[in-house]
Amino acid sequence: MDFNDTPAEAAFRSEARSWLQDNAPTAEELGGLGFIEQAKLWQKRKFDAGWACIRWPKEYGGRGATAIEQVIWNQEESKYPNLPGTVFSIGQGMAAPTLMAWATEEQKRRYVPRLASGEDIWCQLFSEPAGGSDLAALRTKADKDGDDWIINGQKIWTSGAHYSDYGILVVRTDPNVPKHKGLTYFFLNMRSPGVETKPIKQLSGDSNFNEVYFTDVRIPDSQRLGAVGQGWQVSITTLMNERLSIGGGNAGGDFKALLRLAQTLTLDDRPAIENPAVRAKIADWHCQRAGLKYTGYRALSAVSRGETPGPENSIGKLVGAPMTQDMASFAMDLMEMSGAVWDEDFSPDGGLFQDMYMAIPGLRIAGGTDEIMANIIAERVLGMPQEPRLDKGIPFNEVPTGSG
Amino acid sequence: MNFEFSDEQNLLRDQARGFLGTHCPMSKVRAVLDGDEPTDRALWEKIAELGWTATAIPEEFGGLGLSYLELAVIAEELGRAVAPVPFSSSVYLATEALLLTGSRAQKEKWLPKLAGGETIGAFAMAEGPGRTTATNLQTTADGGVLNGAKAAVADGDVADIAVVVSKADGGAGASLSLVELNADGVSIQPQRTLDFSRSHARLEFTDTPAEPLGPPGQGWALVEKLLDRAAVLFAWEQVGGAEAALEMAKAYALGRYAFGRPIASYQAIKHKLAHAYVKNTLARSNGYYGAWALNANAPELPLAAATARVSASQAYYYASKENIQTHGGMGYTWEFDCQFHYRRAKLLSVNIGSEVQWQDKLVRALEQSNAA
Repeated sequence: MDFNDTPAEAAFRSEARSWLQDNAPTAEELGGLGFIEQAKLWQKRKFDAGWACIRWPKEYGGRGATAIEQVIWNQEESKYPNLPGTVFSIGQGMAAPTLMAWATEEQKRRYVPRLASGEDIWCQLFSEPAGGSDLAALRTKADKDGDDWIINGQKIWTSGAHYSDYGILVVRTDPNVPKHKGLTYFFLNMRSPGVETKPIKQLSGDSNFNEVYFTDVRIPDSQRLGAVGQGWQVSITTLMNERLSIGGGNAGGDFKALLRLAQTLTLDDRPAIENPAVRAKIADWHCQRAGLKYTGYRALSAVSRGETPGPENSIGKLVGAPMTQDMASFAMDLMEMSGAVWDEDFSPDGGLFQDMYMAIPGLRIAGGTDEIMANIIAERVLGMPQEPRLDKGIPFNEVPTGSG
Repeated sequence: MNFEFSDEQNLLRDQARGFLGTHCPMSKVRAVLDGDEPTDRALWEKIAELGWTATAIPEEFGGLGLSYLELAVIAEELGRAVAPVPFSSSVYLATEALLLTGSRAQKEKWLPKLAGGETIGAFAMAEGPGRTTATNLQTTADGGVLNGAKAAVADGDVADIAVVVSKADGGAGASLSLVELNADGVSIQPQRTLDFSRSHARLEFTDTPAEPLGPPGQGWALVEKLLDRAAVLFAWEQVGGAEAALEMAKAYALGRYAFGRPIASYQAIKHKLAHAYVKNTLARSNGYYGAWALNANAPELPLAAATARVSASQAYYYASKENIQTHGGMGYTWEFDCQFHYRRAKLLSVNIGSEVQWQDKLVRALEQSNAA
């Protein structure tokens, strides 16, 4: 048991490290650019040097690297906290693997390298007002018209829809069969006539997501991925390709800030951290954070041996999101009456904990609610059966629906 | 990154699980619970024959000279089997105390016997309800004789020797001494315990001859160090037990029907067991780090040990109580096996200090690592 790289891993790490040292963009280079331009500058630079999407085959713009090399790259890149943020994660993490699995060779060569180079930004048009956790209940419909399909309906929770070039889309092509069987998968140009994007204002006051409306939007049949009615299977490819998130940054800055806060603020005229109730909470959060970190190390060890990480890696969001919410809430308790003030200049850490408190409810829902994550663990890891479903085997248009 | 047990260690785990499956099924645990014997002597002898008691003792003292990773693997399996033997007292505490601080002569005298299992050791620290500290100790060890009483000594009525924490001779601080429990001036009174398969005793010393262990007056620092080391191994027993309790709950939920379907298909049950799985996974991963730190004798050991210990205590408590809950009324009967984990979970979680105490140690280690 040790934490060391193999010789091959060490050589790769040093190559990655020295390239990053020489090529990470400086503050001067990025100055004056918008976040999309910054992201594109960095992505293009990596692409030109062979450091973009390194797991992908070379013919599609990648490097043909191994999984552990991807992890090592992520670790090294995450040591540069001031790099531009990414706007490519949906495209590279979800659209590209789906294209590589289901598109024609000509389409792969046309679209995938432009995802690696950052020329194109893609978004994901899956969730709907009536289809969230129950994604296959989606209602946006597609009707065949010659060699085209005509799309009508509404998608929701689409990150980056307003600046995306393309989108991956699941729609209903047949409402007369059970819900999973009537879906078909497409990709489309987001500038197609009839696509309208409206930002959603979140309870935090920010807008990170959109509603996307489709009114008689035309998509050529050649942009269908998989057969008509096979959309659910294609969607599974997309959903299984969540980015290999292990081994990344996760420096635990929030926890360190909380620890500092408990050492700085007083409770009964003593540093708050001396209070046993405060200590117990901090200890428990440390246990959860450390447990996630070492679970990640175990997954890395599997990747390093060329194996697939075990199911224990699926607990991250279910542990992390509620814990962060509790930490934020408790940090505000430590501030006592000042906890309710959310002011960059007045609040400790520039309002970090108030920011967290308001952001976390979204994280507990996005990408699978806590409840769905618990179901996934129960069903896929523990092998427990699904709840009986009342919509099973029934044509979609006969499934009971509520008002929401 | 090679944060994983080796193939040989995994093979040892398989062998240990196979052995305990044959020689320590739940019926054996139940036999101790129902019977008058405080422990399963026959099982203890078989375990000693396999060399488990000798695992981390160097070969020069009659041990196998294996690492603490092997010992962690064995601990996990003993915990999974709820084994009714004094392994934790004798191996993680008494043996470790001698390894940590015994003189050469003491090691030569006692370690081969502990390795062979013919001597069973115990660790005597508490004197009554509440936390034992360096300042509230009453037992004295002046001039090589012990006076006072120790309570809740795990396996105290089964052991042949005990490592005793006392006030330092005539001064501040604490001392450790080694006492033979058949010596004059020792009175042993068994105490009824929560987990009948792990008996406890009150030990009374009246001018009992005892040998000092380690430098006098520095006993408290040694106790802390000893408990940090033991905590990692206790954590592995707890992880093993927690996993077995989850498996028991899952198996029952899959077979038990209510309202026309398996109760395992209800989200109320699924989520309960998913949360048990999450807690067990966190505890196991923290156990890995603890085992690494123990084996490497790393400076991170106090933080790693406390983290493993707190996680494992919480995981086993949760899994053991929710296992009963999943079983419904039958889980509360004497006839069902759920009780064994529920009893053992609490016993292990207080044996070397409560969750609260280890949370406090954890934060102390965090403060120190932050200050450094």
